[in-house]
Amino acid sequence: MAIPRQKMPAQDPQERVGNFQEVNLGLTPEQAQQEALRCIQCKDPVCIEGCPVNIKIDQFIKLIAEGDFMGAVRKIKEDNVLPSICGRVCPQEDQCEKVCVIGKKHEPVAIGNLERFVGDYERQSGQKADPKVAPSTGKKVAVVGSGPASLSCANDLAQFGHKVVIFEALHELGGVLMYGIPEFRLPKEIVREELDGLRRMGIEFRTDVVVGRTITIDELMEEDGFDAVFIGVGAGLPWFMGIPGENLVGVLSANEFLTRVNLMKAYDFPNNDTPVFDCKGKSVAIFGGGNTAMDAVRTAKRLGAEHAYIVYRRSEKEMPAREEEIHNAKEEGIEFLLLTTPLEFVGDDQAWLTGAKCQKMELGAPDDSGRRRPVPIEGSEYILPIDMAIISIGNGSNPLIHQTTPDIEVSKRETIVVDVNTMQTSKEGVYAGGDIVTGGATVILAMGAGRTAAAAINKQLGGTAQHFDEW
Amino acid sequence: MYRIVSAIFLAENIKKFEIEAPMIAKKRKAGQFVIVRINPNGERVPLTIADSDPEKGTITIIAQGAGKSTRELNRKEAGDSIADVVGPLGTPSHIENFGTAVSIGGGVGTAIAYPTAKALKEAGNYVITINGARSKDLVILEDEMKAVSDEAYITTDDGSYGFNGFVTQKLQELIDSGKKIDFVLAIGPIPMMKAVADVTRPHGIKTVVSLNPIMIDGTGMCGGCRVTIGNEIKFACIDGPEFDAHQVDFKNLADRNRIYQHEEKEAGEAFEHACKLHGQG
Repeated sequence: MAIPRQKMPAQDPQERVGNFQEVNLGLTPEQAQQEALRCIQCKDPVCIEGCPVNIKIDQFIKLIAEGDFMGAVRKIKEDNVLPSICGRVCPQEDQCEKVCVIGKKHEPVAIGNLERFVGDYERQSGQKADPKVAPSTGKKVAVVGSGPASLSCANDLAQFGHKVVIFEALHELGGVLMYGIPEFRLPKEIVREELDGLRRMGIEFRTDVVVGRTITIDELMEEDGFDAVFIGVGAGLPWFMGIPGENLVGVLSANEFLTRVNLMKAYDFPNNDTPVFDCKGKSVAIFGGGNTAMDAVRTAKRLGAEHAYIVYRRSEKEMPAREEEIHNAKEEGIEFLLLTTPLEFVGDDQAWLTGAKCQKMELGAPDDSGRRRPVPIEGSEYILPIDMAIISIGNGSNPLIHQTTPDIEVSKRETIVVDVNTMQTSKEGVYAGGDIVTGGATVILAMGAGRTAAAAINKQLGGTAQHFDEW
Repeated sequence: MYRIVSAIFLAENIKKFEIEAPMIAKKRKAGQFVIVRINPNGERVPLTIADSDPEKGTITIIAQGAGKSTRELNRKEAGDSIADVVGPLGTPSHIENFGTAVSIGGGVGTAIAYPTAKALKEAGNYVITINGARSKDLVILEDEMKAVSDEAYITTDDGSYGFNGFVTQKLQELIDSGKKIDFVLAIGPIPMMKAVADVTRPHGIKTVVSLNPIMIDGTGMCGGCRVTIGNEIKFACIDGPEFDAHQVDFKNLADRNRIYQHEEKEAGEAFEHACKLHGQG
């Protein structure tokens, strides 16, 4: 392999901690073509199986190598209408790039970076690579939530020729792409532009509708005449730790912190009305070790925190966050307090947080998840002085849907139970996918579930089995 | 965009809006609220639905100009629009025939107490309303409250109208007079709701308050509105906003509501300044 993996230019760490602009700057056309030449066009491209939405990776990369960037993005959009988003946020190292044959001896082909490149190329060129849409079937499908699972489900359904209406509770579309993932990893303008592509396919969006409150699933089917419903409402109910002092002023969930900053643009207060805790010169600790924790801690640093800590009870090896994000965080001066767990939060007489009583841990025998269990070290307690604590230990399921639609079966964890082959719930004509089924997972897994559901819905509605790229 | 059908001041700084929102109008029940966003740079603000007209497809909200957003809202007139109205949110009030029910509204809290008082009346309760204000010119919804009450009292802190004193004094007077009270609903400033809970607790009178923590999404996804009820953490936007007054940690609620005091002041001052510059003030 004569050509090395092309390195994507990025903003300098010193500079980027002072702004909310995107960290990674994208490949140049020359770099993209060079990188595309590293793909050996395997006869049996295992990378496609590594992708939860099965993008025809070999074909789109070949088109890039030939310099046909629009052809490449068109090829991706047969399977995934959000290339600029997925190219940025997918954990490729665990998916397509993990199984890339080149990766056995060298670095794998930068599939994610190439996908991102052509997605960006389309938007910047002003040309459109919208997928073809089949003639109308006259059938109507309601999609609840506008996050990744819903968007990929809606895309396939529209390509099959069904009318799709997406209902979103918030005032902005995109779910976690809008409120969760920060601007510096995924510019919101890109999300809006990729959503415009779905609009051009005839998909209708309705914001400010909380299904379960504004309207119920039964009403959608019985009164509004939807032939099927897909539920993609995500796992948006933040977990707290249940330790003393968690209700002190200055303790908040990562969801709240990120929603204020990303969705409500509190980083630009008072030009935007929503405030966020003033981090300037303060000490902020994020409790958790996932991607959300990395997003939160890097956000706190950008808001001016002097100390921005990750407090995690296991070691770095067990952290669920992407390696790239841990690396980026370290470059930006994030301080990692590993093998550390909080016991309680302490505050002043005004009920403002002043610190976290922490305990050091050591790793014991592996637990059910196969990860070594953290065991407390007696007598190692100390107070970590902090002004703000952000809890990022995961999310559960919002109870609104199943409270108001009792015939949808849910698990003990309140996730929706589905047949994994069709994503159908216990209620006829109602399907679900993404985090509401699996609990918190990744954007691309949610998108894969959305596609599976779309295929099953299409079958239920008597749609043609013919693949849509042949229309 | 959601069109404002009518906008009238009920008292200085307290304005009543009728807004086109047909899906919400059809669905809403007493005790529920909406989240509004005034403009595209705006924050999300929770406001109780005071009334609705399913046939006209409108809901009524009443806002007191307290911070930037509510003052900005109170400058809106009939024909103007607001960017977002989402709802109905929260768990509806638990309404049944308790017997004798007392509905207490303090200040703009009266607008929140009104729909529940009306529902209590419709459920067959003997309804007593106590409507408190700082002074006569701040009394709102007097006629509406009277229309749904078997007994209606107005109290003013300065005695400029009705009973001279706090709502709690009036409530204590009713209890002391030997009136059998089965249920109390109290809505208003935190100190008032806490004071009502303290009055009813020794008598074991079931008392419900509607809490007003800071909210962002209003759909249960952030926990910004969490409150301590008994020893449990609850999210006011989905589990509430109404809770058993005798279980509420009012101090924690008051403490948590102060977090953005500084920023609220800054935003409010910037807004007033901009209005003066543009001659709208």
